[in-house]
Amino acid sequence: MEEELNEICSNGSIIRFREVTKIYPLEGGDVRALDGVSLDIVPGDFIAIMGPSGSGKSTLLNLMGCLDTPTCGDLCIKGRNTRGMTDEELTVLRRDHIGFIFQQFNLLPLLNALENVQYPLILKTGSRNCIGRCREVLAAMNLDESLFSHKPSELSGGQQQRVAIARALVNDPEILLADEPTGNLDSKTGTAIMVLLDDLNRNQGKTIIMVTHDPAIAKYARRIIRIVDGKISIPEEQAGALANVL
Amino acid sequence: MFFDFARRNVRLHWLRSLLAMLGIIIGVVTIVSIGILGNSLVLAISDSLSTVGDSIIVTPHTGGMGFGGGGSAPELISDRDVEQIRRVVAPQVTVPVYSGSARMKIGAEDTVGVIYGLKSDDIPILLELAEGTYLRGSSSAMVGSRFAHDNHIKVGSRISVGDKGSLRVVGILEERGMGFDINPDYGIVVESKWFENAFGQNGYNLVIVKVKQLTQIEEVKSDIERQLNRRETVVDVIDTRAILDTILTAFGQISTFVTAIGGISLIVAGVSILNVMLMSVTERIKEIGVLRSIGTKRKEIRRMFLYEALILGLIGSSIGGVLSIFGGYAISTVMLQTTEYLFVPSSLIFIAYGVAFGIGTSLLSGLYPAWKASNLNPIEALRHE
Repeated sequence: MEEELNEICSNGSIIRFREVTKIYPLEGGDVRALDGVSLDIVPGDFIAIMGPSGSGKSTLLNLMGCLDTPTCGDLCIKGRNTRGMTDEELTVLRRDHIGFIFQQFNLLPLLNALENVQYPLILKTGSRNCIGRCREVLAAMNLDESLFSHKPSELSGGQQQRVAIARALVNDPEILLADEPTGNLDSKTGTAIMVLLDDLNRNQGKTIIMVTHDPAIAKYARRIIRIVDGKISIPEEQAGALANVL
Repeated sequence: MFFDFARRNVRLHWLRSLLAMLGIIIGVVTIVSIGILGNSLVLAISDSLSTVGDSIIVTPHTGGMGFGGGGSAPELISDRDVEQIRRVVAPQVTVPVYSGSARMKIGAEDTVGVIYGLKSDDIPILLELAEGTYLRGSSSAMVGSRFAHDNHIKVGSRISVGDKGSLRVVGILEERGMGFDINPDYGIVVESKWFENAFGQNGYNLVIVKVKQLTQIEEVKSDIERQLNRRETVVDVIDTRAILDTILTAFGQISTFVTAIGGISLIVAGVSILNVMLMSVTERIKEIGVLRSIGTKRKEIRRMFLYEALILGLIGSSIGGVLSIFGGYAISTVMLQTTEYLFVPSSLIFIAYGVAFGIGTSLLSGLYPAWKASNLNPIEALRHE
């Protein structure tokens, strides 16, 4: 059974949606957030997901991040079908292979910058002897060493987002999911963050999926997926290119 | 790491944590203090009931009236019955006792006191001397310590017993405490011959059998019953250890009950921890969402919150445990006027109980909030503002 499920996933895609539908049951009637979405993302891709509010962008991202599971259809992450996985299995998958970057940075207020980066690594390894690696990752985000011991509330937005990206990277995940990563930053800082993400994609081969409203930010992506009413609408100028991938 | 998280959170909300701990502290101090008081009470009572655990008391059967039977024509145990008892219980010692009360005159004062008639040879078996000597000659008397104290009697004083004659005090008895056999503290002891002559009584009021090996009590008791109550019930046989046990059990139950009432305060403390923890969960919904999204498992979230409850319980209970020594000291001093029963293992164990209950209550109160936190939907938690 499990082999059958995983066979669907063995086409080399790092993320694969096959006829995925997500329905949220609400009191006023069910909401079909995603409607039969099929999508393949190859390793090393950089995708911007765009679309109006309530179109299903966030649902798509949450499904990729294993924070939620499809109502029906198959969702594969790294060649493994998430259907039938327990909450713990999904959590481990998320911990080891997926990094999250949020609009609100979402650093843990109780911990300082370095500890925030340490946290996922300690979760994974169970060992606290990883300060060297964490300092390395933070330094690679161009964060001044004097700020390592600062609490998130003592850092600027740009600095917080650098710490958050370092936290997302510390477990060396193949996939980075970014939800409006520059939404809370001024354009100059936002550009700097995008340069950082672009570098991670180009030089470290990270697969990045980013939700954004901003066309200027979306330009950093290799391709743009537009989503309307829970369905992927393929822009004409990219239809040809996309067909090759699918 | 999760412990560290919990510790930081307790410290961050120190006032709230302190108040929750205060509840646990009060709860622990209450149950430990009451527990210590109850235990001290039991110990105090068993001490004052003197050491009569080794006696069997044979009294005339009163037809269900209980022992004593001080009616107008009291039943008595005849010489023949006493001899039978002596034969059955040998080699245990049999002590027949006359008892009664009489009007006495000491100097110019009139009083009423208990009077016991015992054979001179038997007296050292039952009673200890504080000063003077044991009985010498038939018109000498020994006086109970309280009676002597209340009536200013000294060795050499004279006591007139109604119209029966005059006695010379040769000894004062050691205080004996309340016993189930005889209570000479408030009375006098005379030679049985003198008692027979004075009161013309032709039977004993009770017979005490001292058993050397406590394990034989049951056996000796049933031997006596079998011998004397063959045809009809002539005597009642009680062993003092059984009475003592019954009384102590009753007091033990009372103290357990009172401790349980004290436990209510611990329940209240548990509710306050529950409240604090629920607040902590509600405040940190977003943080929980973040923790989940970066790979924290449900059980790890659960553990984090349980640690928080554990920290509150550990600190609160430890402080409560220390303070309850003072609490126990205070309550013992006020209610028992003594603290000699405070530092004995059976009292101090209540501190361990109290601390264990405190920690248990805290953990129990943390269960629901921890469960609630771990079952939050990560997406909704992330969206929470």
